[in-house]
Amino acid sequence: MSDLEMAATTELGARPGEVPPAAGGTPPPKTRSLAGDAWYDLRRNWIFWVAAALVVLVVLMAVAPGLFSSADPTACNTRRQYAGPSGGAILGYDFQGCDVFSRTVHGARASVLVGLFAVLLTGVIGLVFGMLAGYFGGWLDALLSRVIDVVLGIPLLLAAIVLSKRLAADRSGSGIVSVVIVLGILGWTTAARVMRSSVLAARSQDYVAAARMLGAGPLRIMWRHILPNALAPFIVVLTIALGTFIATEATLSFLNIGLRPPAISWGIDIATAGKHVREAAMPLIAPSLFLTLTVLAFIMLGDAIRDAFDPKLRR
Amino acid sequence: MARYIIRRLLQMVVTFIGTTFVVYALMFANQNDPLQALAGDRPVSDNVRQVLTEQYHLDDPFLVQYAYYMKGLLTGDLGRTLTGRPIGDVMADAWPNTIKLALLALFFAALFGIGAGLVAGLRRGTVFDNTTLALTLVVVGLPIIVLAPIAQLVFGVKLGWFPTTAGARPDLYGLILPALVLGAASTATILRLTRTSVAENVRADYVRTARAKGLAVRRVVSVHVLRNSLIPVITLIGVDLGNLMAGAIVTEGVFNIPGVGSKLLLGIQTEDGPLVVGFVSVLVIVFLVTNLLVDLLYAVLDPRIRYE
Repeated sequence: MSDLEMAATTELGARPGEVPPAAGGTPPPKTRSLAGDAWYDLRRNWIFWVAAALVVLVVLMAVAPGLFSSADPTACNTRRQYAGPSGGAILGYDFQGCDVFSRTVHGARASVLVGLFAVLLTGVIGLVFGMLAGYFGGWLDALLSRVIDVVLGIPLLLAAIVLSKRLAADRSGSGIVSVVIVLGILGWTTAARVMRSSVLAARSQDYVAAARMLGAGPLRIMWRHILPNALAPFIVVLTIALGTFIATEATLSFLNIGLRPPAISWGIDIATAGKHVREAAMPLIAPSLFLTLTVLAFIMLGDAIRDAFDPKLRR
Repeated sequence: MARYIIRRLLQMVVTFIGTTFVVYALMFANQNDPLQALAGDRPVSDNVRQVLTEQYHLDDPFLVQYAYYMKGLLTGDLGRTLTGRPIGDVMADAWPNTIKLALLALFFAALFGIGAGLVAGLRRGTVFDNTTLALTLVVVGLPIIVLAPIAQLVFGVKLGWFPTTAGARPDLYGLILPALVLGAASTATILRLTRTSVAENVRADYVRTARAKGLAVRRVVSVHVLRNSLIPVITLIGVDLGNLMAGAIVTEGVFNIPGVGSKLLLGIQTEDGPLVVGFVSVLVIVFLVTNLLVDLLYAVLDPRIRYE
C-alpha cells in the first residue's frame, strides 16, 4: 500500500463501530486526541498485545515468583547434578543441582529491577539535560552536546566494563545498585538527544510564543507547553532502552562484572550453563529463552508505540 | 573537504582526550596502594617502594600522571600487564585473530544483509519479505550472550557441523560459526536498512527513466538501485563497529578464540587493571578512527554530499 493510500485510509477510512464519513469526504464528526488516536491504533496491533502480555508475565514473575514455582532457587544439592525433570522441577537440575525452572523464574526480578531503575535514572537525566539544552540553547547546549559526544564516543560495553570494575572495588551486596549507576551514567545520551530535538521543534511553535507573550515563565512553558508535546518519542526511546538495559545487565553479569552470586540473574546462569553445555542443555536454554523474550517484548512494545504515535513511519 | 577533515579531526581529539581521561581517572585515580596490590601479601620494603614510586610517577599530581599515560599511549608503549608481559606484545598476538574474525563477520553480514535486503525491498509485501522482517526483529532482540552459546550447542555439540571451539591457532573454518554469530545483529540491521532504502529508490525518478530507456532489469537493479541504496548501509557498518567490539568480547570468550576480546575478558576476570585500560583505550581509538574514515568514505561514495 502506498503512503498516499495509507494516509487516505487512516484519515478518512471507515473504522468499525464508527459513523461513516458523509459523502464528499468530510472528516468524521468525532475527533480524537493524539493519545486517543494512538491508543486506537495500538488496540488493533497484535504485536502490541503479544509484547504487553510478555511484559506483564515477566513483571509478574519478578513481583511474585512464588506463583510460578514454589521451589527455592538457592536450595541446591550437587547430588542432583543434571538430574532430569521431577516433581516441581519441570526443567530438571543444573550443574550445582539447583532447580532450573525456579532459578529462571526468580531471575526475572534482577532484570526487571535493573531495567526499571536504569530507565528511571536515564529518563530523569535525559529529560533534564535534553530540556535545558533544547530550551536555552547557547553555550549550555554546546557543552552538553560535547559531553554527549564523549559519552557516545565510547562503545557502551567497553565503558561499562571500565566503570563496573571501578565500582566493583567499593561495593558490597549483589551489585544491582552499581549496575544501575553504570547504565544510568552511560545510557542517558540517547534520551537526552531525543528530548533536545523534540524541544527544539516545539519551542518555535506559535503556542509557545503565545504563552510567553502572556507572561509565562520558562519553567511553566517547559512543563505545561513543551513537555506534553515532546513526550511521545521520549517514551518510545525509553521503552526500547529498557530492553537494551536488561540485555546489557545480563551481558555484564555474564562477563562476571555485573551482578554477583548469590544474586540470581539470567546472565550469570547463562555463563555457568554455557561452560557445561555438553553435559546438559536445559540450564542454558531456559534462561536464554526468557532473557530473549523479555528483551524482545520491550523492543516490540517500543516499536508498536512509536508506530501508533507517528503514522508517518507506518508501512 | 579539507576543512571538514580538519574539523572532524579536531572534534576527534576532544572526544579522544575526554574519553581517555575518563577511562584513566576511573581505573587509576584514588587507588589505595597499587604497590601493595602488586606485591600481594608480602611486605614492601621502603627502598623498593621508593624506586617503584619514582618509576611509575606515583607521587606526581594526577594530571602529570595522565600526561605520562597519554605519552605512552601515543608512542605505542602501553605498559605491562600485572604478570609482567608488555601489553603491546599481548595485543600484537591477539589482533590478527580478532581482525580475521571481524572481517569475516562483516563479510557475512554484508553478503546476507544486502542480498536478502535487496530481494525483500524489490518484492515488498511478499512472504519472503515478511518472513525476513520477522526474523530480523528476533535477531535484533537476541542478546549475543544467548546467541553464542546456543549456536555452539546446536551447530557445534549437537549437529557437529563446526568445531565447538576455535583453539589456539584458529583456521578459517573454525572461525565461520563465531563470525556468523558475531555478524548476526549487523546482518539484521543491514538487511532492514537495505530493504527500506531499496524500496524507496525503486520509486525514484531516475529508476523510472532507466527503465523507460530500455535498460535490462539486472542493470537497473545493480547500478541504479543498489548503488544508491548502499550509501546509508556503509555508515551503519561504521556505527555498528562499537557493537561488533562488544560482541567480540563475548564471542571470543565463548568460542575460545585468542583475540583482543577474550584477552580483555581474561583481564577483567583476573582484575588486570593496566591490561583492561590499555585494551579499552586502543579499542576506543580504533572506533573513533573508523568512524571518521566511514564519514569520509560517505562523501566519496555520494558526490551529492559536500562537507563544508
